Amino acid sequence: MKPSTDSLVLYTLHLADNALMLGQRNAEWTGHGPVLEQDIAISNIALDLIGQARNFYQYAAKQINLSTDQSINPAVTEDSLAYLRNEHDFMNCLLVELPKGDWAVTVLRQFFFSTYQFYFYGQLINSKDSTLSAVAEKSLKEVTYHLRWSAEWVVRLGDGTMESQQRISNALNDLWPYTAELTTLADYEEALLKERIAVDLNSIQPLWRNKIDEILATATLPTPKNLETRTGGKQGKHTNQLAIILKEMQYLQRTHPGAIW
Amino acid sequence: MNKLVKKFYYGDYGDKENAASLPPDALAAANGNSWPLWEVFIRSKQGLDHKHAGSLHAADAQMAIENARDVYTRRQEGISLWVVESKYIHASNPAEAGSLYDPANDKVYRHPTFYDLPNELKHM
Repeated sequence: MKPSTDSLVLYTLHLADNALMLGQRNAEWTGHGPVLEQDIAISNIALDLIGQARNFYQYAAKQINLSTDQSINPAVTEDSLAYLRNEHDFMNCLLVELPKGDWAVTVLRQFFFSTYQFYFYGQLINSKDSTLSAVAEKSLKEVTYHLRWSAEWVVRLGDGTMESQQRISNALNDLWPYTAELTTLADYEEALLKERIAVDLNSIQPLWRNKIDEILATATLPTPKNLETRTGGKQGKHTNQLAIILKEMQYLQRTHPGAIW
Repeated sequence: MNKLVKKFYYGDYGDKENAASLPPDALAAANGNSWPLWEVFIRSKQGLDHKHAGSLHAADAQMAIENARDVYTRRQEGISLWVVESKYIHASNPAEAGSLYDPANDKVYRHPTFYDLPNELKHM
């Protein structure tokens, strides 16, 4: 499938890919959660994220189909976008494709991402694009809960036992370099700023940072001094983790195209 | 007379009779270092009272509310949650049901049904 260069399509796919990848990573806990109630909690969060992904993929598919000549290119659907694109066409941030790790890694990654989503959707509601605005309004309620849930877990683990504090400190140092990308504008986002369609991530960055500092302080965890940053996901340059996920996720659709049950 | 009256402490009905006498560490060990059990009550959108929905484990009250939300309200079961640690719920002893409840059986005069309502109020 020929990748689109249209900024709005890229932006929508970026938002969809973020939600889908994190939904899939969280879903890896289903059946393996540390306790029953948390197994259900993380699975619910995964479902919320996949629901958000669907909303964005459907919108992206609609835009692509409107602008392509369908006698040449077959119509795309939410499914073909999710299951038939290649690794370098995915535009999720690196943070969401990282392995789920232990429970500390999972809750901390969720906390970083949900804080970003909370402020992001809070502003996307004002987008001049009415579909994006509607998705944001619905998703904001889900994300408000994700933020609360993950922040409380960060505090519990940080100010918990010696083992829990060790694990979440390790997670903090490992994940921190990947957080910068969450609030770094990509080309396609900058192109949409003037029309007030995209959110200006520069305005979110201090809000994000304040929330992180506040929760880390409550959790008695130090802010990492690691200034290294890892980016590239939003431009389609991924860690080897994405190929592994896609291989498993896309296997069925690629092997049996159009399969339904 | 001393056999009829016994001093009870919270959480020590039945098999937890000795709970009050154990120090916290020993109590935690006796519970297998597991999180306390909580009972969940849910009020539905049309309801007036919170109904018992089940139980769950949680480390603290905030987690108990969130767990109750995640486990017991997935299918729009309700709009309000109460959670109470199970040890704070005292239940009547089924073996005592006879002396507690049977005496009310033959006291119909306690029911508000011995006067006629005027027509205007008949559909109250």
